[in-house]
Amino acid sequence: MNALRALGGARPTPGFGDPARIVPSSGIATLLTAITAGAMAFLAVFALALSMSAGQLAQRWSSTLSQSATLRISAPPSEIAAQTAAVLEVLRTTPGIASTRVLDIDEQRALLEPWFGPDLPIESLALPRLIEIIEAPEGFDSVGLRLRLASEAPGAMLDDHTRWRRPLVQAAASLRALAWLSVALIGVMMAAMITLAAGFSLAANAQVIRVLRLVGARDAFIARAFTNRFTVLAVIGAVAGMVLGVAAFALLPVAGDSGFLTGLGFSGAGWFMPLAIPPLAGVIAWAATRTAAMRVLRQEG
Amino acid sequence: MIRLANVSHDYGGRALLNGIDLHIAPGAFHFLTGPSGAGKSTLLKLCYGELRPSAGEIELFGQPLRGLSRDALADMRRRVGVIHQDCQFLDHLTLAENVALPFVATGRPVPEADLRELLSWVGLAGQAESLPPTLSGGERQRAALARAVILSPEVVLADEPTGNVDPEMSQRLLSLLVELNRMGTAVMIATHDLPMIRSAKSMVSARVLRIADRTLQTAGAEL
Repeated sequence: MNALRALGGARPTPGFGDPARIVPSSGIATLLTAITAGAMAFLAVFALALSMSAGQLAQRWSSTLSQSATLRISAPPSEIAAQTAAVLEVLRTTPGIASTRVLDIDEQRALLEPWFGPDLPIESLALPRLIEIIEAPEGFDSVGLRLRLASEAPGAMLDDHTRWRRPLVQAAASLRALAWLSVALIGVMMAAMITLAAGFSLAANAQVIRVLRLVGARDAFIARAFTNRFTVLAVIGAVAGMVLGVAAFALLPVAGDSGFLTGLGFSGAGWFMPLAIPPLAGVIAWAATRTAAMRVLRQEG
Repeated sequence: MIRLANVSHDYGGRALLNGIDLHIAPGAFHFLTGPSGAGKSTLLKLCYGELRPSAGEIELFGQPLRGLSRDALADMRRRVGVIHQDCQFLDHLTLAENVALPFVATGRPVPEADLRELLSWVGLAGQAESLPPTLSGGERQRAALARAVILSPEVVLADEPTGNVDPEMSQRLLSLLVELNRMGTAVMIATHDLPMIRSAKSMVSARVLRIADRTLQTAGAEL
């Protein structure tokens, strides 16, 4: 730089000889790239949140419903005590059951209260007896248990919640697959938009390409002048979009403690997932620009 | 170094050049004349591989142009300095950066001292930080010359280097090119600036080639 300073009082330009400055920075294509990357990153945050929430939802439904089962004994009042004793004996000798508990009369009253009010004369009704079963981690063989119960206590009905669980878990899994498909589509859209923007920029800078060829630049160098610019812009845009998207979730009002919407958003380590968006956007931008540049350069002959 | 054998070139389906034989030897000094549109620029572009011939063989530094990959052709451009008719600068970069571009574009560090010396040699030390559009025609031509020779090429091809400069500046450019030739660089200048050709003949032993009727002829007696 000292050598240049000696040039008739001329001051050295900052970044003299920096290849990044070869392509003029102004231009609608570069601005569009940053905006596109930002918008896509913002959408990707939501798609990611949806996919993670769907995953958590499936897991929550699956685990809370599968760790317990309910056994119902319907029998004439005279037989109910005997059948309950028989059922408890069967359960005691069934592997995979951590504990069992017969619901007492007050608990049954609490279960029925929402429908019949607090004054129900529950003692006078022939209610079925309910037994709550808590599974051991390894689980129990519900088919085998049903067969044994059928012979020992014909009035016993086992409900292991599978009937409820399966469609819910399937719905959550489909939701999750859709969310990942959205993430993939956002990536494809970004690649398409950046390819168009890069094509525009390459056409607008035909003079730059001509001059670089004239002075002996290889195709890889010329392509790099464009890929560097677009990659940096895409990453900057994606960081901005990602920050806005995450901020939107952080500030989103939480709708109560229960219900479906509580699960929507990030939790724990999930908050770090969106950090993968900017590098991914950079890779997509790089690949899209390089492909476009090499195609243009080869056509030019 | 550059050899054309029986080269023809079509432009828009019309034969522009036909059966051209040319050899640029190390240290040679050629003028290329002919009426406008006769194909002077085309012949120069054939010499540095920007255009491909429709027939005939071109050899650049011993290698047939036909077999050169794009990268090999780019590398070859480092050995051929080209002064384009309209200079071809990057208008958003300073003059010094434009002159240093061949180093930047080939991924090498810019030798600052050489750059300074070169700019002084072409008399542009004071304009190093100017942008090309702010320069006069003569300054732009001298900057193009500086850029063409910064990699110490073996041959310099100049297309109408004195196209829009005054006679004094034309003389100055010529003396720079003659000086370069004396240091061993082969030079070929496409021009119809006859006074320049006449004055060159007193400084250097130049060969004058003329494009007429699509072929290359040796002229000279009439000058």
